[in-house]
Amino acid sequence: MKKIFGRPDGLTDTLLRYCPGCGHGIVHRIIGDLLVTLNIRERAVGIAPVGCSVFADEYFNCDMIQPPHGRGPAVSTGIKRSRPDCIVFSYQGDGDLAAIGTAEIIHAGARNENITIIFINNAIFGMTGGQLAPTTLPGMKSTTSVQGRDIEKQGYPIKVCELLSGLDGPYYLERCAVDTPKNIIKTEKAIKTAFKNQIDNKGFSMVEILSMCPTGWGKTPIQAKKWITDVMAQYYPLGVFCDRSKEEK
Amino acid sequence: MAEKRLMYGNHAVVEGVIAAGCRFFAGYPITPQNEIPELMSIRMNAIGGVFIQTESEIAAINMLFGAAAAGKRAMTSSSSPGISLMQEGISYIAGADMPVLVVNVIRGGPGLGNIAPAQSDYYQATRGGGHGDYFTITLAPNSGQDLFEFPKLAFELAEKYRNPALILADGLLGQMMEPVEFSYEPIDPKSLPEKEWALSGCKNRERRVVRSYDLKPGKLEEWNWRRLKKYEAIKKNEQRFEAIDCDDADLVVVAYGTCSRVSGAAVRMARVKGLKVGLLRPITLWPFPTDVLRDMSQRVENFLVVEMSCGQMIDDVKLATECRSKIHFHGRPGGGVPTPPEVFTKIEQALGGGR
Ligand SMILES: Cc1ncc(C[n+]2csc(CCOP(=O)(O)OP(=O)(O)O)c2C)c(N)n1
Ligand code: SF4
Repeated sequence: MKKIFGRPDGLTDTLLRYCPGCGHGIVHRIIGDLLVTLNIRERAVGIAPVGCSVFADEYFNCDMIQPPHGRGPAVSTGIKRSRPDCIVFSYQGDGDLAAIGTAEIIHAGARNENITIIFINNAIFGMTGGQLAPTTLPGMKSTTSVQGRDIEKQGYPIKVCELLSGLDGPYYLERCAVDTPKNIIKTEKAIKTAFKNQIDNKGFSMVEILSMCPTGWGKTPIQAKKWITDVMAQYYPLGVFCDRSKEEK
Repeated sequence: MAEKRLMYGNHAVVEGVIAAGCRFFAGYPITPQNEIPELMSIRMNAIGGVFIQTESEIAAINMLFGAAAAGKRAMTSSSSPGISLMQEGISYIAGADMPVLVVNVIRGGPGLGNIAPAQSDYYQATRGGGHGDYFTITLAPNSGQDLFEFPKLAFELAEKYRNPALILADGLLGQMMEPVEFSYEPIDPKSLPEKEWALSGCKNRERRVVRSYDLKPGKLEEWNWRRLKKYEAIKKNEQRFEAIDCDDADLVVVAYGTCSRVSGAAVRMARVKGLKVGLLRPITLWPFPTDVLRDMSQRVENFLVVEMSCGQMIDDVKLATECRSKIHFHGRPGGGVPTPPEVFTKIEQALGGGR
């Protein structure tokens, strides 16, 4: 019998321990595919964050490192500058990247480090039990904002693509989502571009991905997908925020 | 004969690091060690190494984590407040068994403190410094020559045991000019063997993972016990010290770094006066030279510990001498530097003489 669909070689033969309906698994699948189709698995070094996807170091079938919470871009810098032939990607959540690791991502972007950042924005701290994230929407409930995010007291969310596009450094910034098949295909295209930019020595490329956290949001998987389409993507508009390949033409 | 140059201690570190085959520096400016990143930026540029002035010491230590995991010799330098910021990273690096070199040119503390020389980061350096059960190999230079030579030793020890190594200097050593002999042939980084654990892409081999966590029940405990064995081997094999005039001594001064230079002068004054006084200078602060002190305490009645702190190494001297001897102390915290006459007076007092 001909096999037409299976686990890509870019993923290890391990059971993913994400909750049903979680967006992490979809993005893992995309990266696992691209490691193979771009023929970079054997020279890739991945960085697993601190967060639900800390286990990414078990899941991606390539060399992996697991650094302190938020420091992926700094560790990536150390690896890439030491081994420019490696393809270095840092996989990070919104607590990891936009709270504790804000300085590292901004400065890696400003230096235009030739690395690829996969940024999972699920508007919540998943791993620690659903607390407020820097990306939690105004009015959105979390375990540390049970009445909903009060902007008077807890301030406004951080829009990372918008923030980084204010810098001259980054080469490529795009925000995608994994709520619909169409958007998943777009996400795959964006991540592919982000890896290709690194292969071509173009510089800092980040793809932000609006991603479901049904557990943290108190929603079913179907409701979570719909909430991204109806609410989250309205607050965090999808699209390309910076693409310096356009300037080169 | 090898080349000899008059140079600042901070500059000797840079030449020592480069001669040791290190081509990766990341750091954030802080007095009194700014001469290190300044010269490093020029030297690394000239020889095609990596120099990154980071956004913080947190970023610096994590860049080292990446570079070390990629199998390269990597170093950072800072001073006390910056070293505090690095502690989480050092803990991860120790937990992942990675070799890096961290130079701490200590200044007065706590807090912002001042920029004067101090030794008040002894506890932090010798007790791990961050969270978890771990230790860092810690070397204490006391001259420009040591500052040139210790980076090579530090990398060798760090790699042999796969553990972070620290060089603990102070503002005075960093800013002092001394003749430095370029005492060994510079190492070509390409001649260093590839590490069998380095991340480099998994072509033609199994994939590798560098991490400090294990959530499987019992695994982390196992891992910690295994690491303890490594620490015991380091303690057994790597205690380093210098003993001067200790054989017939009634009193031995114990001091490292700048304090060992000052105390050396005080010991010479005492010998001129006919007092039987020696100097024990720990070179490794971790592992502490416990064995030699334990032996000495069988016959030496008095030890005088001299430190630029309120008294930190004194605990290790007490532990090593196991209550057999009398332990005297002279300390100058907050940037104070003892003088030879000051230490000499303490020697006289400890021996029951003096005023
Ligand atoms: C220094 C430090 N502070 C806090 C934590 C606890 N912590 C673990 S994961 C996490 C938040 C993760 O949230 P996010 O990055 O959004 O990832 P998610 O779990 O949602 O995928 C926190 C605060 C930690 N491990 N280290
Ligand atoms: S808590 Fe949220 S982010 Fe974490 S695995 Fe579950 S659904 Fe995914």
